[in-house]
Amino acid sequence: MEITINVNGTSHTKEVEPMVSLATFLREELRLTGTHIGCDTTSCGSCTVLLDGKAVKSCTVLAVQASGKEVTSIEGMATNGELHPIQAAFKEHHGLQCGFCTPGMVMTTADILKNNPKPSEQEIRHGLEGNFCRCTGYHNIVKSIQHAADNLKS
Amino acid sequence: MAFVGQPIKRREDYRFLTGKGKYTDDIVLPGMTHAAFVRCPYAHAKINSIDTTKAASHPGVVAVYTGEHVGQFGVPCGWQVDFKSGDTMKEPLHPLLAVGKARHAGENVAVVIADSLQAARDAAELVEVDYEELPAVTDAKEAIQSGAPQVHDDVPNNLIFDWEIGNPKEEVDAALSSAHHVTKLEFKNQRLVPNAMEPRSYIAQYDISFDKYTLYTSTQNPHLIRLLMCAFVLGIPEHKVRVISYDVGGGFGSKIYHYTEEALLTWASKEIGRPVKWTSDRSEAFITDAHGRDNVTVAQMGFDSEGKIVAFKAHNDANLGAYLSTFSTCVPTYLHGTLAQGCYTTPLINIDVNAVVTNTTPVDAYRGAGRPEMTYMIEHLLDTAALEMKMDPVDLRFKNFIAPFDGVDQPGYQTQVALQYDSGNYEGTLKRALEMVGYEDFRKEQEESRKNGKLLGIGFSTYIEACGIAPSAVVGSLGARAGLYEVGHVRVQPTGKVSVFTGSHSHGQGHETAFAQFVADKLGIPMDDVDIVHGDTEHVAFGMGTYGSRSIAVGGSAIMKSLDKVIEKGARIAAHKLEAAVDDLEYAEGKWTVKGTDKSIAFGDVSLTAYVPHDYPEGEEPGLDFSSFYDPANFTYPFGAHIAIVEVDKDTGKVDLKRFIAVDDVGNVINPMIVEGQIHGGVVQGVGQALLEGAIYDESGNLANGSYMDYAMPRADDFPFIETDRTVTPCPHNPLGVKGAGEAGCIGATPAVANAVMDALLPYGVKDLQMPLTPERVWTAMNS
Repeated sequence: MEITINVNGTSHTKEVEPMVSLATFLREELRLTGTHIGCDTTSCGSCTVLLDGKAVKSCTVLAVQASGKEVTSIEGMATNGELHPIQAAFKEHHGLQCGFCTPGMVMTTADILKNNPKPSEQEIRHGLEGNFCRCTGYHNIVKSIQHAADNLKS
Repeated sequence: MAFVGQPIKRREDYRFLTGKGKYTDDIVLPGMTHAAFVRCPYAHAKINSIDTTKAASHPGVVAVYTGEHVGQFGVPCGWQVDFKSGDTMKEPLHPLLAVGKARHAGENVAVVIADSLQAARDAAELVEVDYEELPAVTDAKEAIQSGAPQVHDDVPNNLIFDWEIGNPKEEVDAALSSAHHVTKLEFKNQRLVPNAMEPRSYIAQYDISFDKYTLYTSTQNPHLIRLLMCAFVLGIPEHKVRVISYDVGGGFGSKIYHYTEEALLTWASKEIGRPVKWTSDRSEAFITDAHGRDNVTVAQMGFDSEGKIVAFKAHNDANLGAYLSTFSTCVPTYLHGTLAQGCYTTPLINIDVNAVVTNTTPVDAYRGAGRPEMTYMIEHLLDTAALEMKMDPVDLRFKNFIAPFDGVDQPGYQTQVALQYDSGNYEGTLKRALEMVGYEDFRKEQEESRKNGKLLGIGFSTYIEACGIAPSAVVGSLGARAGLYEVGHVRVQPTGKVSVFTGSHSHGQGHETAFAQFVADKLGIPMDDVDIVHGDTEHVAFGMGTYGSRSIAVGGSAIMKSLDKVIEKGARIAAHKLEAAVDDLEYAEGKWTVKGTDKSIAFGDVSLTAYVPHDYPEGEEPGLDFSSFYDPANFTYPFGAHIAIVEVDKDTGKVDLKRFIAVDDVGNVINPMIVEGQIHGGVVQGVGQALLEGAIYDESGNLANGSYMDYAMPRADDFPFIETDRTVTPCPHNPLGVKGAGEAGCIGATPAVANAVMDALLPYGVKDLQMPLTPERVWTAMNS
């Protein structure tokens, strides 16, 4: 099938098999390998991207379902090499170690803060329940998100 | 010291935060094919026949291989532990693809290689295997009973070896029988699935032009993989193989080992003449990544009337799974029994172990590796004993601590179980943790809350661990089939920029930052002038990789040795240029200065001179480039005190972790931000074992909870912020005074939480709790 997806501001028209997931489309067709695949049950959240501004797990969205829509992946967050305030907060507060879950964490954060610019600690922790991290114990991820909220407000 | 001790932000973060990390699955090579494995669906099965005809003719399929094609060779075990009798350890073949019989669910039976991943997976479904299911055994204790299913024909009673360490059993038994009080526990230290977020991924390529193989692999130790694969599996020349592991998405032990898939793909890449990639999916990871823990334990500790420990004895049936993974045999022995002293003056100790094969996924080191199991045993015994003897668990620990010693003015502490501790101040970490928790106030609050029917509990764990495992001669005498040194290579470029090559490997630990901090400090140059290179056998001379919290303690020390050589040679060049004697020079802030004068020459000028040696000391070799091997004099021994406060829901049995305090002493600290991050992550993994995680095998030997829908991974909303602090007792025997921080959190945390739950349930008289402490188990214990 032919699909047209706007990814990070650029429109792409491609032929894809109907069964190809958005995650695989981003990784294999567009070579945007920042979107990671960490499981096969839509549980870990490493593949989270924004679809029309809303966080989705791209392993469970078919590429054809994203046709005509706008996708923001981790590669679309920084501007001219300058980190987005969420990315900057993760760096400043050591919100990542091995980096594998990080793109999903950043994209989920974007969604959390869009809907709730002043989340409490518990709201942040609840908002992360679909994203696994095995390295950080979530401690510095939660701190990073708290500071990202402050950065985005100011 | 401008950088060491500072929370410098990580240099590697930019690429990870912008999606530019380079994990193995991100790599695409021209002409690359994809592999899919056919895996045995039974825990134990005879393979009568395999028909690959349909698969081989599927569109896009390049090759289909079974064990018959590959041959009867397998991956080796890296540590030989012999029987008490002196008989050699049993070492059954661990084949790349099963031949005749499969011994655990998920074992590789065939591999299909195709132009696309989809074609490979579709064709793998077409491989027809005629299995005859056999009775299976998954529990270590059951496996050594007579009549149990035999996993390997050449391993009678499924016993790989038996082993013991410590004082003679009769002496320990005598002390226990005359003790004032004996606490006895029987429990299972349950099997855990490591679950690094990046699934294992490999790409193998054979280049006919240069007769050379390249293996891209998500490993924690590229050189060891190359050595094992070349010398012990495929018999290909080591210098014709390059192993690359760029970014690796977490390891926690599970990516130390040489896996069958690595060797198989490397072999196949030459057979098919094209690169071949395989990336595990999560379901495969659950049944093929080496698991952790899984011991059946009986432990006893005896006390005198004052609460002093008089003897400690334990028997462990350790489950190694179906085959011996690379370091599986040293985990329940030399990484476990040798820690039985804890941080206490216990005079008599005996640890006895059976290492057993079962029809389960192989078990190997998982964050902490043996030390969490031993720490759980000791610390759970102590809090249980305190309850039984109606003593305060804190007082009980203070009565038994080894007194502080720095390993310099006071000697190291000789344990009853072979090791000699380097330095320690065990009471110091507990005192600090008690201050942080507000112990007396908590006990009052707990008493009040009990009156109101609330179940608050506090639990303690004062652990010790052994890191930076070494020296090579000692571990060799104990059965290690490798040295455990590290290599540090410092190449000063002509412009004064510095490339550092380390045999350690970062899979989240932040070497690119932390290593650059001490290198920049030592040379007195900006951190931007220092590059840390790891994970490529073509660049790094050799190395033993990263595990056992060894990177800074062993790898960092090797780099320090090379830096000393750089400064020493630089001084001879500087002396020539300054027309001064070497002894009259001092090196500081990036320049050599003639003492007491303002005559100096900068590091960059000396390095340029070394490579443009026109005006140069006679007889001196050009260049400024040194490599060193560092073989440690001893292990390092980090320690700490962890305190957990929990509340148990009376109606549901759910355990709520209210506070967690971790005071750790990891020696000198290069980057406190990174160290704290390591502690946070370790603590959460440790709490994961106490409350959430555990592999469950069903009666037929299949992993019943092999997915994220079923296996309880720790999530953000299971935890409060972790409260951390540290004391600093430097390691006396390495140049940086560091001990290692990677596993501490995971070793200390588990018993603290289990003990807190037990304390909370005191009104119910519950003592015997089996991890994970799920609501169901806790509720059942309260209501039975």
